[in-house]
Amino acid sequence: MAVLIYTENFDGKFKKSSYELVSYGVEIAKQEGTEAIAVTIGNVDESALKELGNYGAKKVIKVGNDELKDFSAKAYTAVIEQVAKNIGANVILFGNNPSGRAIAPRLSVKLNAGLVAGAVAIPSSLAPFTVRKRAFSGKAFADVVVNSDTKVVTLSQNSYKIVEAKEDISIEDFTAEIPEGAYAVKPIEVVKSTGKLSVTDADILVSAGRGLKAAENWGMIEEMAEIMGAGISCSRPVSDLGWRGHDEHVGQTGKVVAPNLYIAVGISGAVQHLAGVNSSKIMVCINTDADAPFFEAADYGIIGDAFDVVPKLNEALKKFYAEG
Amino acid sequence: MKALICIGHVPDTTSKVKFTDGDTKFDTTDIQYIVGPYEELALTRLLDIKDAGTEMHITAINVGNAETEATLRKALAMGADEAIRINADPTDAAFVAKQIAEVYKNGEFDVVVTGKESIDYNGGQVEGMIGAFLDLPTVAGASLFELEGDKIKMEQEIDGGKQVLEASFPFVVSAGKGFAKEPRIPNMRGIMTARRKKLEVIEPVEQKNMTEVIKHYLPEAKPACKMVSPDNVEELVRLLHEEAKVI
Ligand SMILES: Cc1cc2nc3c(=O)[nH]c(=O)nc-3n(C[C@H](O)[C@H](O)[C@H](O)COP(=O)(O)OP(=O)(O)OC[C@H]3O[C@@H](n4cnc5c(N)ncnc54)[C@H](O)[C@@H]3O)c2cc1C
Ligand SMILES: Nc1ncnc2c1ncn2[C@@H]1O[C@H](COP(=O)(O)O)[C@@H](O)[C@H]1O
Repeated sequence: MAVLIYTENFDGKFKKSSYELVSYGVEIAKQEGTEAIAVTIGNVDESALKELGNYGAKKVIKVGNDELKDFSAKAYTAVIEQVAKNIGANVILFGNNPSGRAIAPRLSVKLNAGLVAGAVAIPSSLAPFTVRKRAFSGKAFADVVVNSDTKVVTLSQNSYKIVEAKEDISIEDFTAEIPEGAYAVKPIEVVKSTGKLSVTDADILVSAGRGLKAAENWGMIEEMAEIMGAGISCSRPVSDLGWRGHDEHVGQTGKVVAPNLYIAVGISGAVQHLAGVNSSKIMVCINTDADAPFFEAADYGIIGDAFDVVPKLNEALKKFYAEG
Repeated sequence: MKALICIGHVPDTTSKVKFTDGDTKFDTTDIQYIVGPYEELALTRLLDIKDAGTEMHITAINVGNAETEATLRKALAMGADEAIRINADPTDAAFVAKQIAEVYKNGEFDVVVTGKESIDYNGGQVEGMIGAFLDLPTVAGASLFELEGDKIKMEQEIDGGKQVLEASFPFVVSAGKGFAKEPRIPNMRGIMTARRKKLEVIEPVEQKNMTEVIKHYLPEAKPACKMVSPDNVEELVRLLHEEAKVI
């Protein structure tokens, strides 16, 4: 038995969410009395691989096949399936991110394993294997029991804290067999969202809604994000109107986020919006309307005009960060 | 194109979420059910392609008990050609996927389309599982679906960006935001003709139940929002730093 952790790399580097996942897997392995083993696909330097050992992984399996350069759900699932069988994994973990969401369901069928998608905590019991997950778009949680011998879990971002536990990690190369037709859906181009902080990675999100009235009014929001080192997101109408890109849309039909701090400017707080953001640790609402539903969900609020409050707040934040 | 579209029967997005029977079951009192928002986008896109002149036959499928027929009729009213209901109370995603895979095998479909996730248990599992049961390629959360000759061009979100894909039939795809712009609303004529369209009921095949929801919880009630004067924004900065400790 072993816990297998799929840690995806981005051009050879790991992100914070991978370390969360390793910490989570190491804790499950500890409780089960087994080993936590990471697996990654692609070309990653030894130094980056070794970093996984800082969070308690004992071994990392590196699958370096050239054919796996582009993501394919079918190919990647086949690879993880081979690795899982090879090490006798009984728990296989993914982040609840695009690759995890694409691989985990396929893998669960291949391994005859039950799947818990969007777990938010360490299993409350190992036998029966019981995990709490997000449900009803953040309006509730559900405890799910997995009855099969093998279990697949995807972990929601920001729901398990990184735990440092230095291990001397060993690196093992693995050459996988790629099934025929694995790239039948042919990748023809990858468009990287470089430069800006993605909404799901950001610890702080500055978010704005239709209350800002026009695309050209986002300067002060960008400024706030810049001062705080934050990401930028928006409500659905804002991206539907083309004021901001679709990749910034959060909510029930957009991205689900859980930053430490979510600042909502000129967003009314419709249930469908809150569904995507209500797992944030702290929420701030800035709105002219004292009755805006967002105030019921927020931790801190300012009733006021964004065009007056935001510039003032930016000055105060600048001062705060300058003073350290 | 012959498309099989998987229609979830889910509580309206504004529903108040409550539980009953010792929090083991979702309380359906006063709940309005709808076609899942992603499935609406998926069906809309297929209908757009049909309206642009491509030959298209759309079969809507749901795994559910008799109550879900109203939701399937909505899909027919939007423009699906026929519907199938697998007569079962779905126990988990693998059960649903198995039933749909079975129908696929018995039909001659080019593509299976699902929503990115159902808005009740937010699994996002069915598309991948159907693909695995049928050994078909899968695309998760596509934000584009365009017919180009005899191929389909798609975009799929991947970690750190997006991937542009080109696919020949058959394959399975789940629709995310961007698949279509605005969901179609059924018109009067659609609603009238939907009553006469075929809705076939099929008994389920066996599939072992691997997961089970045993209890639900509501998030803890938040303390009341602390108000700060717009003339004292420094106070907000102080609270975020000293009290909330998030900056
Ligand atoms: C199936 C479905 C799915 C949906 N999914 C999503 C989703 O994923 N994400 C999402 O966001 N929405 C979603 N919606 C839409 C949602 O219902 C709301 O319509 C939307 O969130 C409203 O966006 P908003 O708050 O920016 O705009 P509005 O509701 O127009 O609110 C604007 C707010 O700005 C305030 N305001 C105006 N001027 C100022 C000013 N000068 N300074 C400060 N405040 C000001 C107003 O008081 C108001 O509260 C969905 C809807 C449906 C039906
Ligand atoms: N009972 C069901 N019948 C038909 N399709 C379903 C059913 N449940 C889920 N689906 C489809 O599968 C998608 C993903 O669902 P899920 O894996 O439950 O999040 C949904 O958007 C629907 O398209």
